[in-house]
Amino acid sequence: MAKNKAPAPPKVQAFADHQVITPPNTLKHAIRRVIDRELDDPVARAEQALANLSGEFKTWMRSECDRLAAAHAAILKKGFNPQTRGELFRAAHDIKGDASTFGFPAAGVAAESLCRILEHAPDLAVVPPDLIQHHIDAIQAIVREHNTIEKAGVANELSARLRTVADDYLTVVNRDRPDHLEMISAPSIVPKE
Amino acid sequence: MFRIDFNKLRFLVCDDNPHMRRILRTLLHSFGAREVYEAEDGATALEMYSHYVPDIVIADWAMPIFDGLELAQMIRQPDSKGNPYAPIIMLTGHSEKRRITMARDAGVTEFLAKPISAKGLYLRIMSVVAHPRPFIKTKNYFGPDRRRNTTVAYIGPERRNGGEAEVLQQPSLLDKARVTG
Repeated sequence: MAKNKAPAPPKVQAFADHQVITPPNTLKHAIRRVIDRELDDPVARAEQALANLSGEFKTWMRSECDRLAAAHAAILKKGFNPQTRGELFRAAHDIKGDASTFGFPAAGVAAESLCRILEHAPDLAVVPPDLIQHHIDAIQAIVREHNTIEKAGVANELSARLRTVADDYLTVVNRDRPDHLEMISAPSIVPKE
Repeated sequence: MFRIDFNKLRFLVCDDNPHMRRILRTLLHSFGAREVYEAEDGATALEMYSHYVPDIVIADWAMPIFDGLELAQMIRQPDSKGNPYAPIIMLTGHSEKRRITMARDAGVTEFLAKPISAKGLYLRIMSVVAHPRPFIKTKNYFGPDRRRNTTVAYIGPERRNGGEAEVLQQPSLLDKARVTG
């Protein structure tokens, strides 16, 4: 179902070493002026829709954990190669991004720590297997025992401890790469909760 | 005060994670969008981009086959037969400054770090619809104008020559990415 109407050509201004191109604004037809009293709030509506969906989040989180465990099992069996490393990284990375939305922020912190190991360890083949195993176990435990350990604050403590251990490891193995070390020590752009 | 008529916009959502696609679809439908197409990898997304001609692309970074960064680079081909100008919002769990710089240099229009929020997504869509930026073509860049403020002191090697800088005063992509809610 492609659009039929061809847009107007863009306006092009040429300079010594660059062009400034102003394409026609094909989206302006979607902007509408409204009176301040208009009651409809699309953001509130979307937040409500997300809340309605939240009953499924625990199931989704469990399936993300299953995917993580399967990716880790493949590494235990075949070792690290681009494919197995990529699958484990994507599984951990998805948990890092989704866990807070799904109500498991501590699992997201542990997953981020695992992502950092997979991304910044110079040689994954020599990473202590226990370091990765502990991250996998922690994420699974945080999700499985959500109602008990999250409330007790144990989940946050566990994730924070893993992050400390992982950062200590990365600091040691990157000691000969100061630029890289500086990059991985840079703070996240995501604000703290 | 302005609002967006989402039912007049066509979206392409590219994310390999089915749960995140469901969340995005839910949010966009709640905003009022009717046409939301979904792809689970970069290659499928590129094919759907050509076929459905979406108004706005929302792409994850980490995807199989080719990732969101490569997808942006493929869309931003100035001589392509398709539309190289569609706004691209990168929604990703990556949250490091260097990633934002890489996304910006690949032609990404807006960057939204996960965890996702309804407000954050709405604001990014509002930004690309209501405040479109001109495109810049140099020998090694084609994409939305990366200048967001005027710095007369800048003497870097990539400073453009010729013409006065016309800058849309906006927060930098990094500053905007820091605001998730």
